[in-house]
Amino acid sequence: MFFQQIINGITLGSIYALTAVGYTMVFGILELVNFSHGSVYMFGAFLCLTLMTALGLGFFPAFIISIVITGMLGIVIDRLALLPLRRKNAPKVASLISTIGISIFLQNLVMVMWGSETKNFPLALNLGHIQFNSFRISYLQMIILLTSLILMMGLTLLVKKTKIGKAMRATAQNMEAAKLMGINVNLIITFTFFLGAALATVAGVMVGMYYQSVDPMMGFMAGLKAFAAAVLGGIGVLPGAILGGLIIGVSETLAAGYIHSGYRDAIAFAILIAVLLIKPTGLLGQKVQKKV
Amino acid sequence: MLQVCNISTYYGNIQALKEIDLEIKEGEIVTLIGSNGAGKTTLLKTISGLIKPKTGSVKFNGRQITSLDAPEIVKLGISLSPEGRQVFPKMTVGENLELGAFIRKDNKEIKESFQRIYELFPRLHERKNQVAGTLSGGEQQMLAIGRALMSKPKLLLLDEPSLGLAPMLVETIFELIKEINQQGITILLIEQNARMALMVANRGYVMETGKIVLQDDAINLLESDGVRKAYLGE
Repeated sequence: MFFQQIINGITLGSIYALTAVGYTMVFGILELVNFSHGSVYMFGAFLCLTLMTALGLGFFPAFIISIVITGMLGIVIDRLALLPLRRKNAPKVASLISTIGISIFLQNLVMVMWGSETKNFPLALNLGHIQFNSFRISYLQMIILLTSLILMMGLTLLVKKTKIGKAMRATAQNMEAAKLMGINVNLIITFTFFLGAALATVAGVMVGMYYQSVDPMMGFMAGLKAFAAAVLGGIGVLPGAILGGLIIGVSETLAAGYIHSGYRDAIAFAILIAVLLIKPTGLLGQKVQKKV
Repeated sequence: MLQVCNISTYYGNIQALKEIDLEIKEGEIVTLIGSNGAGKTTLLKTISGLIKPKTGSVKFNGRQITSLDAPEIVKLGISLSPEGRQVFPKMTVGENLELGAFIRKDNKEIKESFQRIYELFPRLHERKNQVAGTLSGGEQQMLAIGRALMSKPKLLLLDEPSLGLAPMLVETIFELIKEINQQGITILLIEQNARMALMVANRGYVMETGKIVLQDDAINLLESDGVRKAYLGE
């Protein structure tokens, strides 16, 4: 039972982590909590489902297309709802409210287009499971874990080693100095939104497969938990988002298994509050030091 | 090489630069002196495209650059080492320098530039794997200048390179400025340390509350009564 819960928790946590990196990357660069991120995750899952059911595409083409289109949606959100505010040097809270507006808009758009009821997500990859003595791992769980792991490692490499990754870090650390290096800061922000939305789509589709259902409100709680994961690990810190996601996923399934399933959401936020009280910067976050 | 013509820049309703004219010829060291709040930094930011002027024009090698954004101006060969160093604190010295060469694609030549910077600043070579935020003030200043040089600029803008440094280091920095200039890079230097600046410069401009009030050869400025009283403390 314990191992089973841990495995379920890690699977769920790796999906939270994929969503959390989107929050953390945008925050790192713009110091903005992008509250539309949960709705983007939901939109990606719905789009993939529609491509499969309405257009009859196979799972993989539908998956890829939905990643690209939702990634572009991320760019459109930045261009339409955030860039005009940045241009005017509007206070950060204006952008924050703007992202909440986008979130509500997306939820309602999906409800208008596809209805508000929960939709069945076809089991695209029915592959069975491996049975151990006391627990079992489904192949789907392994695929989710492996996909998350590969994407997370890829993202870490991208940010650490590539030219665009270095430009992203430079923009996050000092936007004005980044401009002086010849970095096109708006292009970097565009790329960051694309990347975050694309990863959120992967997460949304995998959750759809895992629970075999999607609904227009699925992004709300998942978005909040992924945000909690990003804050728990230290917002703006990439490994922190991954660690935070895993902790929240595991603690949630343990709470559901050992206490009561009604507490599964409460426990994630209880842990967040406890950690922040002891270490306000989050587990891997550091205080920003500025030398004058 | 650089012609600043009739530039006025505003922060909101506050006019920070009032009809500034300034010219730099190839190979020169030109210094801009003046007290805090005179608008020196604003002028450099306007030249490098971080702020847009309300009126006036900036020409570089005959080309209008007034409306260009900062990244494009860097590509044309103007590089700014900003006030307060502004290094990327969580990246290593090597990564900071690498970002300085962001606009360049010639990997072989970039390697040579690294060597040249490390020869100019041996301290940076010793610390190349150290995170920039942990460097001392002087080392950060060297890094900021080195990073600005990595873009292979034709014109280097230096904003208060001696600020907050120990007197010994100040002399080192000024020696380096002369050396950089001898390697063929034109320099516009902003300084509060007016005496040192005028000693290395060919020509100087004096700024007061957003206006240029005096301009002359550096030697003449060093000897002029007004400058001596106001900026050299005599």
